[in-house]
Amino acid sequence: MKISMIRDLLGAEVLCCEESLDNDVFSACGSDMMSDVLAYVKDQAVLLTGLVNPQVIRTAEMMDMKCIVFVRSKKPTPAMVEMAADDGIVMMASDMRMYDACGTLYVNGLIGTAVHV
Amino acid sequence: MSEPLIFHFDVDGENFTSAGQASTQVKKNLRQLGLSPDIIRRVSIAMYEGEINMVIHANGGTADVIVTEDYIEIILADKGPGIPNVEQAMQEGFSTATDSIRSLGFGAGMGLPNMKRYTDTMEIDTMVGVGTTITMYVYL
Repeated sequence: MKISMIRDLLGAEVLCCEESLDNDVFSACGSDMMSDVLAYVKDQAVLLTGLVNPQVIRTAEMMDMKCIVFVRSKKPTPAMVEMAADDGIVMMASDMRMYDACGTLYVNGLIGTAVHV
Repeated sequence: MSEPLIFHFDVDGENFTSAGQASTQVKKNLRQLGLSPDIIRRVSIAMYEGEINMVIHANGGTADVIVTEDYIEIILADKGPGIPNVEQAMQEGFSTATDSIRSLGFGAGMGLPNMKRYTDTMEIDTMVGVGTTITMYVYL
């Protein structure tokens, strides 16, 4: 799925790295607990979360993720946007709730293929 | 690479926001060395979890990463409260973190298990009231 399609499906506002919207991603995960995200390592490219702090960007960076979606109308700070921009991670914000956002992406083909190592 | 490369970091225990800076730097350094993405990811995640633990539980500490031709060694040392029951601490889901830490996205009881999961060997040397040193190896 193109990252631009994620934006469209979630009605999201893109906050940085718009130049990467044409990139393809193949799986996603949704969590507010970063250690749970870090426990699964099979090429998860998209992180959906309602947590807003700099460790979200660091977690995505450690996992080589391509895109972060903040759900529930959460907005990152300018410093967080700058961190994501430096890492080349597309960051966007959606008004959708976590369950709806994950379900919408899933039924449109973006599955969760995480493997517990 | 004939001589081992050694990277040393002081981990600030006062600032949760900056936690993970050492792991970010190590990831950049390992990329420059041309190591495989899988190895880099495993090392940086294990170190990142350790860094977070040091900030949450031990008021910071030091992190040393030694890169040789055969392995990467990560040594995380703190002078925190120590771990009273290592076996219990290694269980997924066990955590002594406060609700305020959980609200920051950590303290799910996955830190130590994740560190073990992503490394080839992990040793915990801990003494209550003295501190904890965790040594991890990832073989190349």
